[in-house]
Amino acid sequence: MAALLLFISVSKKCVKCKEAPAALVIRAGDAYCRLCFKDFFVHKFKAVLGKNRIIFPGEKVLLAVSGGPSSCSMLRQVQEGLSQKANKKLRFVPGIAYIDEGAAIGQSVEERQRTVAELQAVFQATGFPFYILPLEQVLDLPASVVATNPSPSEQPASAYKAAVGHFVETDGSNNFPTPQEPKKMLLPHVQESHTLQQLLGSVKTLTAREELLNTLRQHLLVHTARTEGYSKLMLGDSCTRLAVKLLTSISLGRGAQLAQDTGFSDSRYGDIILVRPMRDYSAKEIAYYNHLFTVPSVVIPSVDTKTVDKASIQRLTESFVTKLQADFPSTVSTIYRLQLHTCFMHISTLNILGTCVLQVFSASCPSLTVKPSTCVTQDQREAAECMYEMVRSRALRPMSAVSVQPGYCCG
Amino acid sequence: MSSPLRGDGGAELLFNGVKKHPVTLPSQSEPWDMKQLLVWIQRNLLKERPELFVQGDSVRPGILVLINDADWELMGELDYQLQDQDNVVFISTLHGG
Ligand SMILES: [Zn+2]
Ligand SMILES: [Zn+2]
Repeated sequence: MAALLLFISVSKKCVKCKEAPAALVIRAGDAYCRLCFKDFFVHKFKAVLGKNRIIFPGEKVLLAVSGGPSSCSMLRQVQEGLSQKANKKLRFVPGIAYIDEGAAIGQSVEERQRTVAELQAVFQATGFPFYILPLEQVLDLPASVVATNPSPSEQPASAYKAAVGHFVETDGSNNFPTPQEPKKMLLPHVQESHTLQQLLGSVKTLTAREELLNTLRQHLLVHTARTEGYSKLMLGDSCTRLAVKLLTSISLGRGAQLAQDTGFSDSRYGDIILVRPMRDYSAKEIAYYNHLFTVPSVVIPSVDTKTVDKASIQRLTESFVTKLQADFPSTVSTIYRLQLHTCFMHISTLNILGTCVLQVFSASCPSLTVKPSTCVTQDQREAAECMYEMVRSRALRPMSAVSVQPGYCCG
Repeated sequence: MSSPLRGDGGAELLFNGVKKHPVTLPSQSEPWDMKQLLVWIQRNLLKERPELFVQGDSVRPGILVLINDADWELMGELDYQLQDQDNVVFISTLHGG
């Protein structure tokens, strides 16, 4: 009896190895298997640091870890990178800073202690020195923290090479941090928590409150880096996060800061350089990596975790970007790539997304002659929604030529 | 029919802080699909603000759905027919820092 054997495979194959079944769709059409995804994820981290050559061998780098998925994933990448064989090894000296914002979101002392204990266990396991900082500490900082310290010296490419050479000669392994006694977090005085809450409470809108929190957080991190002798501050902002930040900045009318807010490195504080090695990762990639490779992260409710989308511009933008990402997976990386030069932003965006976005962006562009559209200036919330609708309806037929139609989106 | 259901990365805030839900679905003549599961979750597990989890008849954008550790986009999304012992994970990617 003749037999007919059919091997039917309906599952999609990985685009990289073309063998294993795909497990994750990163962008439309790019489906990776688990192994290839891991390689891709880990490689990207080292590649971005290697390409930018901004972190010197042996340099002290403070990792800002919020306990959220992205910064916890960053911490894992640093751990992995330091444990590699010599030629592929990351060669800086890390420390961890965590800011306990419990007071800002009205957590009780017990809740704060519980979160801190959870994170402490994660940090201790890394063997890196770590600092647990109640946000209240920012109240004690001198105003000068906010000011820009002069950069010690410009560091040209030759300085990088010299540092590498020196590092190799002196055997970099000695520079590895010795595990420290964990620093006990001193819980802030109740009075200080009150002062902080009053400060935040004095700000009317959720939008402004999130902005203020952001500023306070940043200052405390920069201050800690300075006093503890770190010269780089590594932030865990993902690509999705940065796209949200970028559009939020635009909505808040802060075009001038855009490149600094979202770039790979940010030298606004002079002696302390901010770096964002996670900016090439989408929130989805991070969530998947963390799930698959059991990267612990802690759910910390934020000011807005359960609030409605329209409660603040940040929230609104987040939901906008997320919607975009779901509909057109390549859009988010497009948005964030635009930050390279503010002036090119509107043009690139126009090419991909359409006129309305041009108008929204052009409102924050100082060198543009096109009048800002009514979109941004009238009602920022509606503008964001309007922007989404426009992008959605137009992305189906991408525009390749520049055509300006002022006021189109708002009718 | 049972299927462990998990919420990672903030999704558990929506499920009253419970991270793992071993779920036994009532038997029905047709196999359960994801679409029906979402309706069931909404009726039985979501304590507050279901709009943060569902939108229309699917999940809200920003919630990653994994079926047996694979992206549900590769599994037919809402049309996927659940098997006994399937592992379904919902991960919120919103507010990640
Ligand atoms: Zn593969
Ligand atoms: Zn311009």
